[in-house]
Amino acid sequence: MIVERVVRGLDERLDGGSFLRRNLTKVFPDHWSFMLGEIALYAFALLVLTGIFLTFFFQASPEPVVYDGPYAPMRGRTVSAAYDSVLRLSFEVRAGLVMRQTHHWAALLFMAAVVAHLLRVFFTGAFRKPRELTWVLGVLLLFAGIGAGFTGYSLPDDLLSGTGLRIIYSGVLSIPVVGAWAAFLFFGGEFPAHALLSRLYVLHVLLIPLVIAGLIGAHLALVWRQTHTQFPGPGRTEDTVTGIPVWPRFALKALGLMFVTWGVAAGLGGLVQINPVWLYGPFVPYSAPSPAQPDFYAGWLEGLLRLWPNWEFHLFGRTIGTLFLPAVVVPGVITFVLALWPWIEERVSGDHAAHHFAQRPREAPVRSGIGAAGVAFFTVLMLAGSNDVLAAFLSVEVDTLNGVLTAAVVVLPIACGLVTYRICRDLRDGGGHPIARPGRARVRRTAAGAFEVEHEPGGPAR
Amino acid sequence: MSERAVAVAFVVSILAALGLTAVYAAGGDPQVEGALLLLALGGLGVGLLGWAGGLLAHLGEHTEPRRRHPAADGDGDVAVATFEAGVAEVGRRRLLARLLAGAVAALGLAAVFPIRSLGSAPGSQLARTSWRRGVRLVTADGTPVQLGALELNTFTTVFPEDDVGSADAQAVLIRVDPTSLQLPPDRLAAAPQGHVAYSKLCTHAGCPLGLYLAATQELRCPCHQSTFDVLRGARPVYGPAPKPLPQLPLEVGPDGTLRAAGDFTEPVGPSWWDLPR
Ligand code: FES
Repeated sequence: MIVERVVRGLDERLDGGSFLRRNLTKVFPDHWSFMLGEIALYAFALLVLTGIFLTFFFQASPEPVVYDGPYAPMRGRTVSAAYDSVLRLSFEVRAGLVMRQTHHWAALLFMAAVVAHLLRVFFTGAFRKPRELTWVLGVLLLFAGIGAGFTGYSLPDDLLSGTGLRIIYSGVLSIPVVGAWAAFLFFGGEFPAHALLSRLYVLHVLLIPLVIAGLIGAHLALVWRQTHTQFPGPGRTEDTVTGIPVWPRFALKALGLMFVTWGVAAGLGGLVQINPVWLYGPFVPYSAPSPAQPDFYAGWLEGLLRLWPNWEFHLFGRTIGTLFLPAVVVPGVITFVLALWPWIEERVSGDHAAHHFAQRPREAPVRSGIGAAGVAFFTVLMLAGSNDVLAAFLSVEVDTLNGVLTAAVVVLPIACGLVTYRICRDLRDGGGHPIARPGRARVRRTAAGAFEVEHEPGGPAR
Repeated sequence: MSERAVAVAFVVSILAALGLTAVYAAGGDPQVEGALLLLALGGLGVGLLGWAGGLLAHLGEHTEPRRRHPAADGDGDVAVATFEAGVAEVGRRRLLARLLAGAVAALGLAAVFPIRSLGSAPGSQLARTSWRRGVRLVTADGTPVQLGALELNTFTTVFPEDDVGSADAQAVLIRVDPTSLQLPPDRLAAAPQGHVAYSKLCTHAGCPLGLYLAATQELRCPCHQSTFDVLRGARPVYGPAPKPLPQLPLEVGPDGTLRAAGDFTEPVGPSWWDLPR
């Protein structure tokens, strides 16, 4: 048997037998919510596969060329070689459009899965000691994913991506002391510099994917070594892990999930149009599309820019531009707090013990309240990021809507946080669902043949 | 899932994959390809999930001990002691240790310089544009703008004649009723017969302003809706932009075309640290 020969060969040279023996029977707790991170992993694999295909056709060059392809409305227009190559890939390469759109959908799926996974880990306290480092790697992955998405979004050199780049450039420019230098070094000169496209390309297809692959590798290695958390249940203890073994059940399940993920991304990629750059037109520095919408994972940043007051500070004759706080400081602080959350919670709660049981949200009302506040905060910001579209949809003035959203971004998180805290606390202290113990009646037949009824009202479980 | 359901899923997958080959050979069609990929990949995935979840359910769950993370076994202390012993050994040769540190630092300094090659120095580029006195205003297709050619209460995008399409010199030219302009005298003189020009770059994040609201005579930015009052020196009246749009002083040339009377009144676009004031 081939398998036998391979394993024996590995065993004789690397002592691979003991590794395989241990790991083929390693068990993974089985719960649907533990699959969210896996979806991100499979989406990343699909991104690499489709991305490699795209690199064979894409040209990261701002050189002007005259488009003469099959897309009639653009024919005869002078566009960049990058934009031209994206149009050719979309309209002339067989299966090119499906690959390109699948790539974009897979990116959205990746980010959505990362966010969902992060929320699951947060609300179940799975980040607690000894898994703090896994959490930090996950937060870094989230931001590496935003970077990958943003650089990818900018490559086709269409009008929408140019506008996004311009805003990033201005954000970098606003950093005190070093802003102008940082912007010029990163962008290769004053916006829009010639070198920019090839830089974004290297970032998008080499540096950021390497970082993401490294982070994923380390993240998985930690999960593998530390074993997975699990929910408490009959027969489960902190010292053991109960679940399905890697071979064959977990492996088949994981493969199945991978193909479903790929199927969904490819199905969307073929059936649902995304980023139709031919409708936006090529980038010209003196025009911006309206309305302009970023992908969803950047929506909160866009919302921050839209709602932030028009403050500008002057200090010793120097200027702190209005973008510095909303585009640099606030996202920076959010990143920092998110990444350090396990230690913040450990400090505040005084709980320094190692935990292997995941919690239900009700078991940690304060954390759940804070989490709900965070979700509300980001949701309002995301809505604010599309305030023009939303205003048109609701047929109200943007100004009115902005007023409402500005109030909501403060009030709603507090309200959601308090309500969630109360609900979690009552559920925890009530010991269960409010109608967990139904009312009942006892009927007794007396010796004389009559019936006596004794009522016992329902209520919270005792 | 039953064995039959898993079989159906795999058969669907096989048929869809074969269908893909046929569609590709026939010239391809994104929608059909997408649908078939969904079925081919999805069928395979659903089949595997069904196999693992249903057909192998009898294997049940296993329990194994968790790996311990003992901090009290003393390994850490030994490691610290070993490391510190090494540091002491190396640090005994004071001079060499210092020189080593110096060499690393010097090399680090030298390594910074390739970073300097990544872009030009900001210098005064940020504060200036290519507008100079006497340069004619042209539209995006290069046509010079004649005084009076622009309809009242409309706007157009203009560039210096020798820098069409410029990212920082782009300006909006609006023609308004000259009596309605409320500008200081020197700036009023720079708006001949109600032709007033402002930088097209939003002072918030630098988006090009695209919308002119003729009814209120305001310019609005498509990015975050900052709104500027054209009649009152383009000062911001709404939105996140913190300062007015710089004005481009205009004059009329002997040939009746509009020309710049100099560069913008202030640096264009959003503010930065060294912004000259
Ligand atoms: S760039 Fe104009 S409002 Fe933000």
